[in-house]
Amino acid sequence: MTRAEWEQQLASDYKHRGRRKTDFCSDSRISLPDLYDEESLKNSGFDSQRDLGFPGTYPYTRGIYPSMYRADFWIMGQYSGFGNPEATNERFKFLLSQGQTALALALDLPTQLGLESDQELADGEVGKAGVAINSLQDMEAIFAGIPLDQVRQVFTTANAIGPIMLALFLALGEKQGVDPRRFTIVLQNDILKEYVARGTYIFPPTPSLKFTNDALEYCTRHLPHFKPLVICGSHMRQGGASAVQEVAFTLANAQAYIDEAVGRGLDVDDFAPSLECQLSVPMNLFEEVAKYRAFRRMWARLLKDRYGAKKPESMKCFIRVYTTGYTMTAQQPLNNIVRVAIEALAAILGGAQSLSANAMDEVLSIPTREAAQVALMTQHILANETGIADVVDPLGGSYYIESMTNTIEASALELMQQIADKGGAQKAIEAGFYQGIIRRAAGEYQKEIEKGERVIVGLNRFVDDKHKMKIESFKADEGVQQRVIQKLHGLKSNRDNEKVRGCLCALEQDIRAGKNTVPALIDCARAYATIGEMCQVLGDVWGTYKEGASWL
Amino acid sequence: MVMKSSRRIPRVLIAKIGLDGHNRGAQVVAYGLRDAGMEVIYTGIRQIAAGVAKTAVEEDVDVIGVSSMVGAHLAVLKRLKRELEALHAADIPVMMGGIIPEEDYDELRELGAGAIFPPGSEVKNIVQYILGVTNGIMDSGSSGNLVRQ
Repeated sequence: MTRAEWEQQLASDYKHRGRRKTDFCSDSRISLPDLYDEESLKNSGFDSQRDLGFPGTYPYTRGIYPSMYRADFWIMGQYSGFGNPEATNERFKFLLSQGQTALALALDLPTQLGLESDQELADGEVGKAGVAINSLQDMEAIFAGIPLDQVRQVFTTANAIGPIMLALFLALGEKQGVDPRRFTIVLQNDILKEYVARGTYIFPPTPSLKFTNDALEYCTRHLPHFKPLVICGSHMRQGGASAVQEVAFTLANAQAYIDEAVGRGLDVDDFAPSLECQLSVPMNLFEEVAKYRAFRRMWARLLKDRYGAKKPESMKCFIRVYTTGYTMTAQQPLNNIVRVAIEALAAILGGAQSLSANAMDEVLSIPTREAAQVALMTQHILANETGIADVVDPLGGSYYIESMTNTIEASALELMQQIADKGGAQKAIEAGFYQGIIRRAAGEYQKEIEKGERVIVGLNRFVDDKHKMKIESFKADEGVQQRVIQKLHGLKSNRDNEKVRGCLCALEQDIRAGKNTVPALIDCARAYATIGEMCQVLGDVWGTYKEGASWL
Repeated sequence: MVMKSSRRIPRVLIAKIGLDGHNRGAQVVAYGLRDAGMEVIYTGIRQIAAGVAKTAVEEDVDVIGVSSMVGAHLAVLKRLKRELEALHAADIPVMMGGIIPEEDYDELRELGAGAIFPPGSEVKNIVQYILGVTNGIMDSGSSGNLVRQ
C-alpha cells in the first residue's frame, strides 16, 4: 500500500467514525499529524548518524551511558525536609530504610532567603516549606546517624545561599570525620531562574551570578566530583513555560554561567563535567520523552561547538527530574498517584539520571509519611516490575519520538536566538522577557481549562460532587518555630562570639577584595556563624533585590 | 457595599505577602481578571503586609486578593487585616487563594476572609465574587467591559 492509498482509507475512516477533535497538538502547541512515518522523519531533517549515534556517544541523544539502567537504576532521591532538624532527620532515616539511594534536602523559606528564624519576616514560615537551618548545629542534627558517605549523593535547593550551604556541608563533613572526597554534594545554586520563577533571590543579579560561580570555581579547583550547579528549567516550566521554552530558557541560562566561569579563567573541560540540569515532566508523555532527548543533544552540541569542549564528560548532560506540581489536582487527590507514575515513566523513558517523584498530597500540604512512601514505591515499581529499565533507550528510532525530538530542538534554538538578540539570559530576564512568556502561557492554560478545551480529570470533567475523596492531611507542628528560635538563642549565648565576629570580618574583606568567598564562608560555618549573619555581610556589600508592583 | 468612586470598573490588588515565591496562581488570577476587563495591580512576590495595605489605599482598590502556597495563610491574613485597620481601610474585602486546607476555612472567615479559592478554582468564580462585592456587572455585550449595576 502507498501512503496516498492509506490516506484515502484514513479519510473514509474519519467519515464513518467521526473525529474527536479537528486539531491535535502537543502541550508546546506542536501540531500533530495523524501519523509519523519514514517520510516525516526525512522531512524533519533527521540523520541517524549525526543526530542519534549510540547511547553513551556524542551527541548523547540516546542517553549519556552506553549501559543506561542495565548497569544501575537512576538515583531515587525524594525531595524532603520540614519542621525542625530532628523531624527531618527522622523522615530521612525512614526514606533510607525504604530503599532511597540519595537525599534531597528541602530548606524552609527563611533559610533560603538568609533570614534567621527569629526575624519578623520569618514569622509563620519557619519549618513550613522545608527544614529550618540556622547554623552548623542544625546540619549536625539533620544528619545525626547519617554519615555523608552513606548515600549516593546529597542534594539541596540552596540558590541565593548556594556557596553558604557548600561551606556548611564541608564543615559538617569535618565534624562527622568523613573525607569530602568520599561524599558528593549537589547544590541547585542556580540564581538566574529565581528571578523568573522560584523567587528566592536575595542580592541583585550581577553579584548573585558571581556568588553562584564562587561555588563552581571552588569545587572545580578542590572538589571536582561535587556538583556545585544544577541549571534548572523545572521551576520555569511549573510557572507556565512550555517544553520548548523550558529547554531554551535552561540552555540560555547555562550559557550565562559558563560564560562567567570561562571569564574567570576556568577551562571548560575542568568544570563542565560537574554541571547538571534539572527539568520538569508534566503529563504530555511523548513530548516529554522527546524533550529530554533533544535537551541532551543540544547540550552536547552547545558545549562542543560553542565552547570548544574536548572531554566527552563535558558534553554529557546529567539530568535530574522532578515530577510536576501544576498537573496535580486538589480534587480527587488519589488520582495524583497515577499522574506521578506516568510522569515518572516519561522521565525514565527519556533517560533521566535522577528522579524525585511527588507525593499525591503535595497539592494540599507537606506530604504525610504514607504519601511520601507511595511516591518512593512508585519509583521502585517502575524500576523493578515494568521492564522499562531493561533495554537502553527503548523509544529511540520511533518515527514520532525522533521527529518530535528534532522539532523541539529546532524551535528551542529559535527562542535561544531571540534571547541572544536581547543580550543573553541575564539581560532578557532583567527586561522581563522570560517572565512575560511564562505569564501568558500560564494564563492561557487556565483559560483552556475553564473553556473545557483542556480536560483535567476530576476538575473540569468526570467531576463528582457527591462523594468526596478524603485523604489524611499532614499536620504541621506549630511548636516548631518556638523550639527552633530557642535553639538559635542558645547557640548565640554558647558559641565563641569573638571568633564569629572575626570570621564575618574576614568574609567582608574577601568580598570587598573580589576574592572567592567560599574559604571565608567555610571558616564562618566552622565557627557556627548563622546563615543569616553571613547573608547580612554579603547584603551590606552587594545590596538586596526587590520585585516591584506592576499594573497588568 | 457601593463602589468607592464613580468609576465603573473594579480595581483589584493581587498580592503575595511573606516569603513565598510561588507566583503562578497569583499571576494566572491577575491575568484572568484583567482579561475579564478589570483593572489589576500585581504586587510582585515577597511583600510585607504594611506595604500591601498602603498600596491598596493609595490605589483605591475595591478588592484585595492574597495568594499563599506555603501554609502561612493564617499569619498573613492576620497581619494584613491589622495593617488595613491601622489605615482605616478594614472595609476593603480580602479574598484568599492557594494551598489552604479546608480545616482552616472557618478560622480564615473569622479573621475576615471574604472568599477562599483553593487549587482548581476557576477565574470566572473569582470574577463573580468581585462583581458581587463591588456591585459591578459584566456588560452583556461580552466585550469584557464592566458596568455598574
